[in-house]
Amino acid sequence: MYLLGSEEWLNALAEAINNSPAYAEAAKTWEGDFYFIVEPGGNIKEEIIMYLDLWHGECREACVCAERSAKDPAFVISAKESSWHKVIDKKLDPIQGMMTRQLKLKGDMVKIMKAVKAAKELVGCATQVPTQYHE
Amino acid sequence: MWYFNSPLIVFGEDALSELASIEGERAFIVTDANIARLGFVDMVAEQLDAAGLQYQIFAEVEPDPSLETVKRGAEQMRQFAPDWIIGLGGGSSIDAAKAMWVLYEHPEMVPEEINPVVPLKLREKARLITIPTTSGTGAEVTWGIVLTDMQEQRKLALGSRENMADMAIVDPAFVAKLPPQITADTGMDALTHAIEGYTVTWHNDFCDGPCLIATKLTFDYLPRAVADGTDEEARERMHNAATIAGLGFGNSLAAMAHAMGHSLGAVFHIPHGRAVGLTLPYTVEFTGEAMAERYADIARFVGISAASPQEAVQLLANKIRELAKSIKQPLSLQEAGISKEQFEAALPKLVENAECDACLVVSARCPDSAELERLYRYAFAGKPVDF
Repeated sequence: MYLLGSEEWLNALAEAINNSPAYAEAAKTWEGDFYFIVEPGGNIKEEIIMYLDLWHGECREACVCAERSAKDPAFVISAKESSWHKVIDKKLDPIQGMMTRQLKLKGDMVKIMKAVKAAKELVGCATQVPTQYHE
Repeated sequence: MWYFNSPLIVFGEDALSELASIEGERAFIVTDANIARLGFVDMVAEQLDAAGLQYQIFAEVEPDPSLETVKRGAEQMRQFAPDWIIGLGGGSSIDAAKAMWVLYEHPEMVPEEINPVVPLKLREKARLITIPTTSGTGAEVTWGIVLTDMQEQRKLALGSRENMADMAIVDPAFVAKLPPQITADTGMDALTHAIEGYTVTWHNDFCDGPCLIATKLTFDYLPRAVADGTDEEARERMHNAATIAGLGFGNSLAAMAHAMGHSLGAVFHIPHGRAVGLTLPYTVEFTGEAMAERYADIARFVGISAASPQEAVQLLANKIRELAKSIKQPLSLQEAGISKEQFEAALPKLVENAECDACLVVSARCPDSAELERLYRYAFAGKPVDF
């Protein structure tokens, strides 16, 4: 089990992404990097900033950042850990999550809406990572 | 957590008279030339006169409205400064009205930016009334907007919950003389909305009832409305069915038949309802294994007896084909007039478009590229799906 937001968890996710033919196919034209942020709350005292550089169906870089200024990604999606938990368990569709503001997006929503299949496969990759939560 | 959005719905005989009681100064009517020619704009204008409103008419919306048309209409809207916008027509006019409304309120935006995540803060300048003149799209009670990017030959699924009309007037007078072909095309759209709204992965308790009722109404009344346009009961019930289906799928989502149909519409310009209705039985068969119980619910509700959910899926697909055949709808792309050469040349684009369509991923079973290509091939040949 890997703790959500740890380097180990993120590396496992990157490995799952790079081993997924379905993601490679669905995201073959995707170009854009992300911050996935776990907001403070409960046992999480400071926000956890996970950086993923996704490019043409591959994860080129994955790391945990100490500050938001460390990178300048095209997209920032932030949510409470409980919401991320629901996404990873496939109990919350990420697009529905954004529409209900449970996941807060900064970035080009038009581009996201054109890549919904890639988003679905990305969640599929995250679901494969054995995840431990702070709560 | 989810939402159920609906405008105030005024329905039935003489529903249009409600328009005479609205308060305001100026109304901007978004419609198409054919609707104007049929005298429907005059019917609306008469009510606006009674309400004491000035009005301006934009009758330039084309089937599959383009981004350019929307921008042009919004510019005219800004010059007229209405406090009411009236979308009068089929889905094209109503969707164009929704998009123009956003650009009227926010001149800094482009249509492609209309999405369900970023708040729009509409209703600072105007409110929206929708009046359908076909029984199919449900656009009068949905917030989705479908526009066409002519350059990319691609349909864009846009919209925000704030796009929802304030009032929908569902008056059967507007469909009393609808030609059989358009009645059939749009009726298949309503059926597709109802069935997909019930079986999409975003289905929910609030949408289930409307979807089931709309499915039954369509199976019961669409053949009558097509066969005899003067059948007033059939006309009114189909008009209601389309709006109810709109409430159903508009608050869940449409699925794979729409993704495939949008692509057919963009590439071959097949009317929307005909395109989605044509693909519907194939997608029912394909997604059936993943959502058999819910298809069985629909089958049971429309009177199909089946020994198992899997059998119900097939019988429902058969019933859809029987309905389509009875109202002279094409059952395959060949029957829709697409030649083998045209089909093969367009196939990569068909697949690419469908894959990028947001409706695809909410299907109970999401096809990959190869499966999509195969599905189109089956739809071309008219062969029931067996994979």
